[in-house]
Amino acid sequence: MNVKNEVKIIFPSNSCNEAFARVAVTSVISALDPTVSEIAEIKTAVSEAVTNCIVHGYRNTAGKIELYVRLTEDNTVYIRIKDTGTGIPDIKKAMEPLYTSVPEEERAGLGFAVMENFMDRIKVTSKEGKGTTVKMYRKICSGKNT
Amino acid sequence: MPVIIDTEENRIVARLKGEIDHHNAKELRSDIDVAIDRNRPEIVVLDFSGVTFMDSSGIGLVMGRYKTVSAYGGQVFVENTSAQIKKVMRLAGLDRLAEIK
Repeated sequence: MNVKNEVKIIFPSNSCNEAFARVAVTSVISALDPTVSEIAEIKTAVSEAVTNCIVHGYRNTAGKIELYVRLTEDNTVYIRIKDTGTGIPDIKKAMEPLYTSVPEEERAGLGFAVMENFMDRIKVTSKEGKGTTVKMYRKICSGKNT
Repeated sequence: MPVIIDTEENRIVARLKGEIDHHNAKELRSDIDVAIDRNRPEIVVLDFSGVTFMDSSGIGLVMGRYKTVSAYGGQVFVENTSAQIKKVMRLAGLDRLAEIK
């Protein structure tokens, strides 16, 4: 599929960059003329993925997060969010709704559930000690007004 | 200020503002908890009318306050949520815990 646009941004794992990542993605995908609700859902999924990198990948220590966004001719948004942090020992368990490895921080354990619900497809790969990559796809249905 | 808290007799209303994510949830939580501790209100209203974005960090915020308040017999009401916020809350099953309007 022909690429309409692609952007790669690398930023430090400061929690203020959660908002930056949402704004950056919103700005790139606006070219596909998404609805307000499509934007809100994609932003939420991005926010969850970036928060995971900060809270889990780097456990609130300094690291780099790579955000890659690609738009293709079929109106699909592909987002890849990557850290080189601790990695996830058991992806299946991490993706269970309400499971969290840090209950003391009042994390609800719903990050992956939100990503799965708000995107068409997500894929998570991880290696302990090497990091985690989340790939998400969402087709934009232009012209719909919701 | 990300939250304005109005204290009435037996009731506090926390008017949340801006975006709720992991970055600012902590400050919001502690501001609300101070007011809850001080007043032990029967009713805690979390007013989301000024919230423009919320991810699952907001779920932790509501669930945590629900736990504290229901432990002493109080009630939590979630009000004025946008479509996006409702969706995130429903996903978490929060509508079964607190009344969402």
